[in-house]
Amino acid sequence: MSAVYTLSTPLRPGDRVDTADIPLADVADFRQSVIEATERGRRLSALFGCQVEGAAGSTHAIRLYAILTDDQDGTWSAVSADVGEEYPALTPDCPQAHWFEREVAEQWGVVPRGHPWLKPIRFHPSYRPGHDAWSRAVGDKILPGVTDFFQVAGPEVHEVAVGPIHAGVIEPGHFRFQCNGEQVFHLEISLGYQHRGIERALVGGPDKRTIHYMETLAGDTSIGHATAYCQAVEALAGCSVPLRASALRGIALELERLANHAGDLGALAGDVGFLPTASFNGRLRGDFLNASGLICGSRFGRGMVRPGGIVFDVDEHCVETLIQRLTQTLAEVEGSIDLLWRSPSVQARFENTGAVPRRTCDALGLVGVAARACGVYRDVRHDFPHGIFRFNQIPVSTCGSGDVFARAYVRGLEIQRSGAFVLEQLRSLTLGAIRADVHPLAPDALAVSLVEGWRGEICHVAVTDGNGRFAHYKVVDPSFHNWMGLAMALRNQQISDFPLCNKSFNLSYCGHDL
Amino acid sequence: MLKIIQERIRQGHRTSTYPETAPTVSDRFRGRPTVDATKCEDGCRACAEACPTGAIEAGDGKLRLDLGRCLFCVDCTQSCPTGAVRYQPEYRMSTNRREDLILDGQRPAELARELDERTRRLFGRSLKLRQVSAGGCNGCEADTNVLTTLVFDLGRFGIDFVASPRHADGLLITGPVTENMREALLLCYEAVPPPKLVIAVGACAIAGGPYIGHSLVASGADSILPVDLYVPGCPPHPWTILDGLLRLLGRLHGPTKDLAAPAETA
Repeated sequence: MSAVYTLSTPLRPGDRVDTADIPLADVADFRQSVIEATERGRRLSALFGCQVEGAAGSTHAIRLYAILTDDQDGTWSAVSADVGEEYPALTPDCPQAHWFEREVAEQWGVVPRGHPWLKPIRFHPSYRPGHDAWSRAVGDKILPGVTDFFQVAGPEVHEVAVGPIHAGVIEPGHFRFQCNGEQVFHLEISLGYQHRGIERALVGGPDKRTIHYMETLAGDTSIGHATAYCQAVEALAGCSVPLRASALRGIALELERLANHAGDLGALAGDVGFLPTASFNGRLRGDFLNASGLICGSRFGRGMVRPGGIVFDVDEHCVETLIQRLTQTLAEVEGSIDLLWRSPSVQARFENTGAVPRRTCDALGLVGVAARACGVYRDVRHDFPHGIFRFNQIPVSTCGSGDVFARAYVRGLEIQRSGAFVLEQLRSLTLGAIRADVHPLAPDALAVSLVEGWRGEICHVAVTDGNGRFAHYKVVDPSFHNWMGLAMALRNQQISDFPLCNKSFNLSYCGHDL
Repeated sequence: MLKIIQERIRQGHRTSTYPETAPTVSDRFRGRPTVDATKCEDGCRACAEACPTGAIEAGDGKLRLDLGRCLFCVDCTQSCPTGAVRYQPEYRMSTNRREDLILDGQRPAELARELDERTRRLFGRSLKLRQVSAGGCNGCEADTNVLTTLVFDLGRFGIDFVASPRHADGLLITGPVTENMREALLLCYEAVPPPKLVIAVGACAIAGGPYIGHSLVASGADSILPVDLYVPGCPPHPWTILDGLLRLLGRLHGPTKDLAAPAETA
């Protein structure tokens, strides 16, 4: 392949780069670099636009940054390019870019020309009044879910629309199915109902609200996103986190995973009418949340993780209580989950339902449980170890069938491995400080952080201005990559299997909508 | 089948004895704070300046904390040199009126009162709620949903979450009400047959939470609908939500009713 391949020097999570050292390519080279890198197996972990300072009147006012991650090397690289009102879309040659390019179009009014399905993803006004990818006038009412949906035509084809408000106690989103009888030809997912304007509010920070945005942008992943934020800030500030704090962050992250995985397996059991596990796991999930509550006073880990370390230390008595309670809870979870694998009625519903083919997973760049359930060996804790995971590895759990069963089974394996990790860490906590001083952030720099949240890869990119304030802050929740995976999983399935498939992904609405 | 029975026996009976006995919370649980202006040093406004949501007013011998805006974080307690603001492991905080959420260290706590006789006769033994998340982060939603698990067993109080607003006696709202959910929320409210209740759960639904002042969100449910019960927290502890619901229905008696009897800590 030709040699147009412009990427920054490979860096590790926790590293920062001066923005001046990031290659600024022309659009054609930028495009080619990203396409070639993804063809060679790198992933597009983030792609975003950022206003170029002092260029408001210029024809090239938006700078695109692509963050490419290499799972083999454990490194990330960046490349950038300035664009005007439009540029040739990457998506036709790099499907991983599809959702990012819709986001860039919506935020900045820059049109990725040739994008096959260019529609808003969050339904908010453009960040640059007067520049709108769909030529809407300033002040035009933008209604969520009002857009062109794909339609399949034919005398026996019908459409089913669900949401934004759903039947259960869950967040809002709109789902549009094209069906022939029970069979789903296509599912289109339209989100944005939870949009609170977080990325815009982060500009100019960090300030006293920043960490609270992080803890609530996807409230079931408070530890995951707070850790990713702290990693980015610590990279920009050149701050080294004490080992004891790193270990307790790791414990908190795995407790978050344990609670959610246990809850998800209970909910999956409930969706196929298997009440024993549904009932047991509902309670057991709470026991993991209460373990977080014992450490930091919040069942969701609010207030635990802060730049420089953590806020709440544990004493010997607390450690003993945690070990004793978690040992019992883990044994009970194992017994409860084991019932799932032993019940033919459960297996009959899980197996071959909502299968995502491996090639679809690769093309879309799925992450987390959804990717590992397609047999992909991908886990930030293993591939990009940071914090405590540099010293203590957790084996990666995979399963090859790509269906609801695989997504459930991977969770079951991860519960065992995270449980063992937490107990081991609690038994071998080092002494020492729990928080280091955080100095001002480096000016004109960019830092990338990667954390394996319970749903998958969380990627944060912080870009600072000349004063060390956030010029842009990009949050990529794993759901951002994976919602399209759910849509693909539904193809040729029974529409009645939608709740089961949806639960097997259990993606975040607010983490996507921000 | 035998395995299922065996596991069932091992898992045992786990439903709490609440409300006959006090629930257990973590001793680090940050519940109802106390504020004491007499401890403030002259001119000190450290807590008010640290507060991310403007929940605290301090200075001039005054110290007021708005539980509705409070995220129950540690920014104020860590910045206060004298312990004038302290959290207690007290889960009971729900009120009927927005102004009852303001703590000044002088007025006695005013918790939620029972519904009037007629409404209580309608809902007291059977209350069906439709939950609407309008920009919630899934924290409040999760700790609302957990009430249906066997520990809390919401159904034993005759309270249930239902799939349709037409089957509901009221809405339980979470989130600050995003611009993109405003219309859906209003339509849902209209679809509930009267008389109907509105319950605002969490800092976002009460006052906007961390998103207070954002242009794309409203500042809580009561900016567009009349609210009957405010449940503070970020997110509220499930016990706080359950306590609020039972207070409203007049279902609390004995040790869990009055603030003097604290929760057990562990």
